[in-house]
Parts: sequence; C-alpha cells; structure tokens
Amino acid sequence: MRAVRLGVSSLLLHKLRSFLTTLGVLFGVASVIAMLAVGEGASAEAQDQIRRLGSRNVILRSVKPPQVGDEDAEMRVLSYGLTRDDFERISETFPGVEQSVPVLQTPAEVRSGQLLCRPRVLCTPHLFQAVTRRDLFSGRFLTVQDEANLSLVCVLGYEVARFLFPFDTALGERVKVGEHYLEVVGVLNSRLPVGTITLDPSSEAGGEVFVPLSTGRAYYGERQTQMRSGSMDIQEVQLHEIIVAAERDIDVPVIAAACRSMLKREHDEKDYEVIVPLELLARAEETKRIFNIVLGSIAGISLLVGGIGIMNVMLATVTERTREIGIRRALGAKRKHIVTQFLVETMVLSGAGGVVGVGVGLLIPWIVERAADLETIVEPAAPILAFGISVLVGIVFGLYPAWRAANMDPVEALRHE
Amino acid sequence: MSGSTAESAEPAAAGAPVPSEPVAELSNITRMYRMGEEEVHALDGFSFTFRKGEYWAIMGSSGSGKSTLLNILGCVDRPTGGSYRVRGQEVADLDDDELSTFRGAELGFIFQSYNLIPQLDVLENILMPVMYQDEVPEGIEDRALELAKRVGLGERLHHRPMQLSGGQQQRVAIARSLINDPALILADEATGNLDSKTADEILELFDELHAEGKTILLVTHEAEVGRRAENVLRLKDGNIDSVERGVSRDGEATDAK
Ligand SMILES: Nc1ncnc2c1ncn2[C@@H]1O[C@H](COP(=O)(O)OP(=O)(O)O)[C@@H](O)[C@H]1O
Ligand SMILES: [Mg+2]
Repeated sequence: MRAVRLGVSSLLLHKLRSFLTTLGVLFGVASVIAMLAVGEGASAEAQDQIRRLGSRNVILRSVKPPQVGDEDAEMRVLSYGLTRDDFERISETFPGVEQSVPVLQTPAEVRSGQLLCRPRVLCTPHLFQAVTRRDLFSGRFLTVQDEANLSLVCVLGYEVARFLFPFDTALGERVKVGEHYLEVVGVLNSRLPVGTITLDPSSEAGGEVFVPLSTGRAYYGERQTQMRSGSMDIQEVQLHEIIVAAERDIDVPVIAAACRSMLKREHDEKDYEVIVPLELLARAEETKRIFNIVLGSIAGISLLVGGIGIMNVMLATVTERTREIGIRRALGAKRKHIVTQFLVETMVLSGAGGVVGVGVGLLIPWIVERAADLETIVEPAAPILAFGISVLVGIVFGLYPAWRAANMDPVEALRHE
Repeated sequence: MSGSTAESAEPAAAGAPVPSEPVAELSNITRMYRMGEEEVHALDGFSFTFRKGEYWAIMGSSGSGKSTLLNILGCVDRPTGGSYRVRGQEVADLDDDELSTFRGAELGFIFQSYNLIPQLDVLENILMPVMYQDEVPEGIEDRALELAKRVGLGERLHHRPMQLSGGQQQRVAIARSLINDPALILADEATGNLDSKTADEILELFDELHAEGKTILLVTHEAEVGRRAENVLRLKDGNIDSVERGVSRDGEATDAK
C-alpha cells in the first residue's frame, strides 16, 4: 500500500504526462467494454428473433420460383409451393414430429368501418398457437370446433386490433376480411417487446389475422388473386407454410434433413425453402463469436497501443530517475525493490486508465442505447475482464522498464546527472 | 548490534597507543577498469585499516582514486582484487541482495549533491535506509524524529527537499546516514556545494559525530576541510601517498580544552 502511495506521488510530479499516458489504456478498456456490449446486444436481438420462430421447429415455406418466359401472359395461374400431400407425408410418416401445422395465406384486406389494413391473413388450425408459443392478449385462440364447424371467426394480432379498434376491445366485434365478415374471438400479444411496438399493422412482425384453416379454404380458396397495376395476378398455392415441431431438440436436424429430401423428391422446382431456426441460431452463434473476436482484437490493439505508450513513458521515467535509482540502491534497496517500485507505478497508471475506462466503457453503451435505439448488453464479466487486461498490460509493459531500472550499476546511476 | 559498543567506547584518545577495533579492513585492493586495450588501475594494491571512532579526510589530486575507494568502502562497487572486510564481514562473500541489505544496515552515505528523494518528505527521506531492510526496528520513527531535531529540522518534518536550502538538505542527508547507526559514515565532498558558512556548520556536525565515537571517512579536495579531520590519508595513482595521524585533532582538542 505504501508502494502504491509512493507510486502515485511520483506520478503526480508529472500530472499531464501521467494523464496522457493513461488515456491509451482508458480508451482501450472503454472500447473493449463498449464493443462487447454493442456486439452482445446485436446478437441477442438476432437470437431473440430466431428463437421466436421456435428453436424446436422446422419451417417450410412456399417460394415463388423464378419465372420462365411468358412475361406477356396477361392472365395466367401460377401454381407452385407446398402441397397438402407434403403436409400429409410429414405428419403421418416422419418420426420425431410432435406436431405439424399447415398455414394458408390469403391476400385479403381487413376492414372495420372506415379503417382498412393489409395484414397477413393466416388460415391455420388451433395448433398454431402452441407451436409458435404465442401468448394471448385477450379472448381465446382458434379451437378444434372452429375448424370443424368452419366458424366465421378470427383472432387478431395485437397491432391489427389496436389499429382497427384503437379505443375499445376488439372482442366480439366483426371485421370484414376480404368479402366475408368474421367475428373477433381473441387478440394475440405482440411478438415485439413492449415499447418498440409500432402501430403499423402492415409491418411484418405484428400485422396478422388468424382464421381457421377450414374456413379459409372454404371461403377464400387456394387461389390468391391480387390486382397489380391493372392486371390480375393469380397464384395457386395450397399451403404457404408448414411448421413442423420436433419432440426434442435432437430430432430437429433429422426432421430438417427428412423434409429437405422429401421436398426435393416431390417437387420439380425449388418452389419452397426450409428454415431451421436451430441452424440459424448456431450460425448466429458462430457469427457472434467471429464478431466478438474481431471486435476484441480491435479493442486489444488499442490496449496494446496504450501499453506501448506506457512502456515508452516508463522508459523515459527510468532514465530520468537514474540518480534516484542509484540513491535507493546505495541506501539498501535490492533489485526486487526497484522492480516493484516501477512495476507498481506502471500498474497504477494502467489501473487508473482501467478504472476510468470501465466507467467510460459503461457509459458508451448507455448512450448508444438511448441515442441510436440499439440494444446493448453489458455482460458482468466484460468490465472485470477489461480491467484485468489493463492491469495485465501494466505488468507486461512495465516489466522491461522496471528490469532496466533494477539492473543499473549503482555507481553509474549515482554519477548520472 | 555492535553499535551499542560504540556508545560505551570513549572517543579515540588523541595519539592513544592502544588502537581501537578495526571497522574497515582493506588489503591489497585493486580496482581495474578496462578501456578497450588499456587497463586503468584506479586502485592498485591499496591496503589500509580504518578503526572505530576515527575521523579521516581522504585527499588527493583528481584521478588519484578517491571516488573509487569510497565506492568500494561503500560497497556500491566491488574491487577486482584483494579483500575488504567491514566489521569482520568479507564483502566479497555477499551476493547482490545481501550486499544491498548490508549497505542499508551498516553504512551511511552523505553525497556532495545531497541526493534526497524529491517526492519524499524530510522524515521519509531520513527513514529511507530502514525501509529497505527486511525487518524494520521498533521505534524507528521516533529515532528519525530525534535525528531530525538533532540536525535542526524538527520544524520541517514534512517539507519536501525542494522546499529546503542546500545546508538543510545536507542535514537531512546526515540524519539519514545516521538512522541505522552505521559502522561507517562515508561522505563524498559533503561540503562541496555549500557556501563556507554553511559548510562550516556541517563540519561542526561532523565534529560532534566524531566526538560521539562515530567512524567518519570524508573525501575532500579542500585543504581547509581536510584540516578539520582527525587524520588525513592522501592518495596518489591509486595508492597511499601519505598518512597523517592526529595532526589537526591535536589542535582541535587543545582548542576545545
Ligand atoms: N567507470 C570508469 N571507467 C574507466 N575508468 C575509470 C572509471 N572510474 C574511474 N576511472 C579511472 O580511475 C581513476 C581514478 O578515478 P577516481 O576514483 O574517480 O579519482 P578521483 O575521485 O580521485 O578523482 C581515474 O584515472 C579514472 O579515469
Ligand atoms: Mg572523484
């Protein structure tokens, strides 16, 4: 402790120089923490999005195949995508499948009074909620009875409900979906965290209306007609999406492989895609790892520069204080005392830079979060790690100057001007 | 330690036939520097014994080997040949760490340019040699305080060297050289940077220490200063030129009585 106090008082003899020296480490430490926090936040957001798809799910989607010729065909029915047969095969023959949920999408407009929006209208059985782990905001989700009775009911996504019924509960109200009136029986919670919800029901994340699959097939059919700049665009897609839920995590890759090979066999064209959130998650994990390594290296380089700065200053200090070293040696200081003295000074320098750097490093994510609306996560280990590194930098870059100081010849040192 | 015997021993009586115990024994000391092809013998077969309670001025022309001798006496430099014993301890037998501890415990240094540590205050500077010892003697702070008062700096305990005059700084250095009750006090041109009045005060302090039985070796090139010492050892080309015992001491002693 005495050594630290003496180190501090030596450093205070050159306040500006000491201050400038610590800046290098300060920014190094701050950037380590800030970069990790921003990187961690970004990847957490990505992982969150992937997890929302359900990590135990395999999602099959219809994809419009690249069109070949026939651009001038005014009216033609483009038929593609997943089929009911695909669905049957998966739900009946695939092992390890807990549930598989078909989704048919219809391009209907949704109205209530004067208000109109174009959310995704998803025709799907009651299982959808469980498989996608969606929470109810109010009312109920679709049921087996709805499916059996071809009930004219629907469940709204939170954004759509808010948009169509801003001041009132949507439950029990009737909305016009396409040409048919459906009764709202439930509202689902938004998938977005509270506070970030935009009341734009056409947004991908929240603009959803759920209709029983049987109702959808009966009333809206499997032909999707859209008017596009005067010409009709008719597509025929039996199923837009099949969500396959595995019983266990380890079944996911098997099911994914089985789906891929089945679809490849059954489809002439690549008019589908297979999304495996677990794979995406693994890839996101890998991306995050690389991201962290790159950011860490950049921050590490700035710490290195800081360390070199410290070493530079300490070498100058040692030369400057050659005489002091000679005096101390003459008065009984061993080599190890001199080493300790200069090492402590270096560590005080880098440690001070480290402490302030941790402060700045915590402040930056806080500002970024507010100013740029980016999620940041400061892992508790990050400041500790960064501070530890700064102290380590002090030791590593302080050793050589301290060693030089300790190995001076006392006679020469005493003669030094 | 043997320091306590110094208290009991009377100051070496002038011209006393019974010599006191030896403190520093040098026999056939050589210190050779190699300058490229050439060999420079700064000390060349130097043999001498300094005894307890003696006050020596070491004189000689520039390049005669005074500093080299003092460095070897102070154990900051090692001779290239010969034997040097302090209080019976053969210095050559000590490794670097042991030698460091030995310097701090057995030797007191006073330099021409005071050589205080600028970032330490008066008291801390006085305590410096003790701080590097493996065991800090009990009540050492009181002793430092006492020494500070003794050299007339009782009121400036927490001043930094920069805030003191040259004479005051040298007093701090003297107090520092006394903190460990050394076997030998080695002073290199201790008054060289001071005006004659201040130098005189410092020399009076040396006289007092001598009277208390301390062993003092003072390197100087000023005849004035040399005359104040009890004995004068003159060097020439790395060896003894002449030895004058008890010369000025006689005068001093008769003056005092
Ligand atoms: N580090 C050194 N390297 C080479 N020669 C030296 C060194 N130190 C002293 N000498 C030589 O040793 C001799 C004695 O030097 P020194 O003891 O400093 O004399 P003094 O202090 O009496 O002037 C001189 O000739 C000097 O040139
Ligand atoms: Mg000299």
